[in-house]
Amino acid sequence: MSKLLHSVRLAFQNLMMRKLRSGLTILGIIFGVCSVITMVAVGEGASQQSQERIKHLGSDNVILDSVKPSGDEEVEENNVLKYGVTSLDIERIRDAVPGVKMILPIRVLNEAVNYRGIAKSSQVIGTYHDLQTVKKIDLLKGRFLCEMDELNKLKVCVISRSLANILFSYEDPLSCELKIRGTYFQVVGVVQESGDDGERDSQVNCYVPMSTLKSQFGDLEVKKSAGSFSAEKTEFTQVIVHMHSPEQVLTAESQIKKLLEYSHKVSDYKMTVPLQLLKEAEATKRMFNIVLGSIAAISLVVGGIGIMNIMLATVTERKREIGLRRALGAKKRDIIRQFLVESVLLSLCGGFIGVILGVLLPYGIEHFTDMAVVVSPASVVIAFGVSALTGLVFGIYPAAQSAQLDPIEALRND
Amino acid sequence: MIRLENITKAFPLNDEEVIALKGVNLTIKEGSFIAIMGPSGSGKSTLMNILGCLDRPTSGRYFLDDVDVSRMDDDSLSEARGKKLGFIFQSYNLLSQLTVVENIQLPLVYQDVSLKSQHDYTIELVEQVGLSDRIDHKPTQLSGGQQQRVAIARALINRPLMVLADEPTGNLDSQTEKEIMEVLSALHKDGKTVVVVTHDEAVAKYAEYVIRMKDGVIVKTEKNEIEAKNESKAESKTEKGSV
Repeated sequence: MSKLLHSVRLAFQNLMMRKLRSGLTILGIIFGVCSVITMVAVGEGASQQSQERIKHLGSDNVILDSVKPSGDEEVEENNVLKYGVTSLDIERIRDAVPGVKMILPIRVLNEAVNYRGIAKSSQVIGTYHDLQTVKKIDLLKGRFLCEMDELNKLKVCVISRSLANILFSYEDPLSCELKIRGTYFQVVGVVQESGDDGERDSQVNCYVPMSTLKSQFGDLEVKKSAGSFSAEKTEFTQVIVHMHSPEQVLTAESQIKKLLEYSHKVSDYKMTVPLQLLKEAEATKRMFNIVLGSIAAISLVVGGIGIMNIMLATVTERKREIGLRRALGAKKRDIIRQFLVESVLLSLCGGFIGVILGVLLPYGIEHFTDMAVVVSPASVVIAFGVSALTGLVFGIYPAAQSAQLDPIEALRND
Repeated sequence: MIRLENITKAFPLNDEEVIALKGVNLTIKEGSFIAIMGPSGSGKSTLMNILGCLDRPTSGRYFLDDVDVSRMDDDSLSEARGKKLGFIFQSYNLLSQLTVVENIQLPLVYQDVSLKSQHDYTIELVEQVGLSDRIDHKPTQLSGGQQQRVAIARALINRPLMVLADEPTGNLDSQTEKEIMEVLSALHKDGKTVVVVTHDEAVAKYAEYVIRMKDGVIVKTEKNEIEAKNESKAESKTEKGSV
């Protein structure tokens, strides 16, 4: 132990004696460690953001969106373009696909929501009370939609926090009435959707009972343009098929696909499986990690070669010292330890500075750009550990060289 | 007791062999002060290296403290050097980054001896070589003579059986040379075994016995009149007989 302490102390003194050289030697390790931590932090941030978005869609859901078919496939009936997922599809899925817990249709209208002269264009979403559970919606005030609202076609609405902030700056939104397309809706609750941090990509949503939406606004959407008009009819904008467990999602996906392919001659729907997206995102992340790992390995090898180079020069320079130590009773392994400790200490210093820079740099990036970063403790530990290992591996050869020196020759060295 | 029996040492040179020592027999009794002299190529440095366990003889046996070290492996030789020998070099060989005390204690690092336990002895040695006021100085802050005193204290820290000095005053002026040799004489008077390799007759005068070498053999052993107070502590003979 005292030998090791002596080696560490002496190594530190030797490195401090040649500050510039030591500094230049560890630059490779500093950049290697710093770049690994930074790249992982940026990659992890991006990956977490996308995974969060995917998870928000629900890993036990299959999502069907109605999509307007492309030009040559249009099916028109009395000048009305009918497309999208229908209640008939829902019935078929409910009957044929096992493991379905619930099917939740949603109809979205882009409408201006008015309150005392303030108008905000929002997504008016006709849906059922189950949406709260399926989309993990947090209630901030009042209540969410309930079965009674649906049955009685009540003119009530639940608004998202961002909409509440815009329309009701100075008063409690509950019990106030909003005007949508000339109809008044009473605000019964304020919600925050999961994944909505209230700042970025805030959703301006207004939830109303599906029955109310249908009775008030119908299925038909008429668009007028100069000299002509077109009408579109979509029953549901989106249908969420909520499964009992994520394991059933992939089987359900293929069954739903077959069902819809049979009943829809044109592709007027889009199927999204968040679980699939999640798996793809994870595979991308794995790929990214492999690429990162290779870059890190290359940079650390370069850093290690720098250390080996300097250590070999040091051994030549300090031949006399090696001879002296051997004469004073040092065994070969004592000399090896001395030089190994020095190279490990060098790389540890590099690793340490690299870690500090690597932790600070991502926050700098986050501050000056819009990118989200997540400094992962594992990347810090691994980068630091690998840098220490680099010092050890690349220190072995110079250390072995030093021990091979003949003490008489070494002492004679001038 | 230190005994060399028929020691030879050969070095390969290209395809030939150069024989540096040709059957050296030497017995050094405890407490003697010996100077080894000889011209360049006489084999005195090779003999010194073998005495210092830095090299192994090609043939013959070397008993250090009655243990045959001539066939020992590298680690055991290191241990023998660390425990039984003290070295003083011409160019002092102090580590510039260490203080006086740290340099003196350097051999202890390899002996598994706690440095604290030897602190008092270190201070005693510092006083003995007259450097009490320089304890925390670095070698670069000391004169040549002072540096050699530190080296002497370092050679004594492990309480060695024998102190080997290779041209200890080679880099010093005559006044400092005198001071250093007086320190070595004092060690001898304290009962230490001291072996000095030199080509300086003035230095050799301090020794009890002078061994003269030529062409790899001991040609003569002289007893110094001034210093020879004790009766024959060293005996030497060549292969062919006593000189």
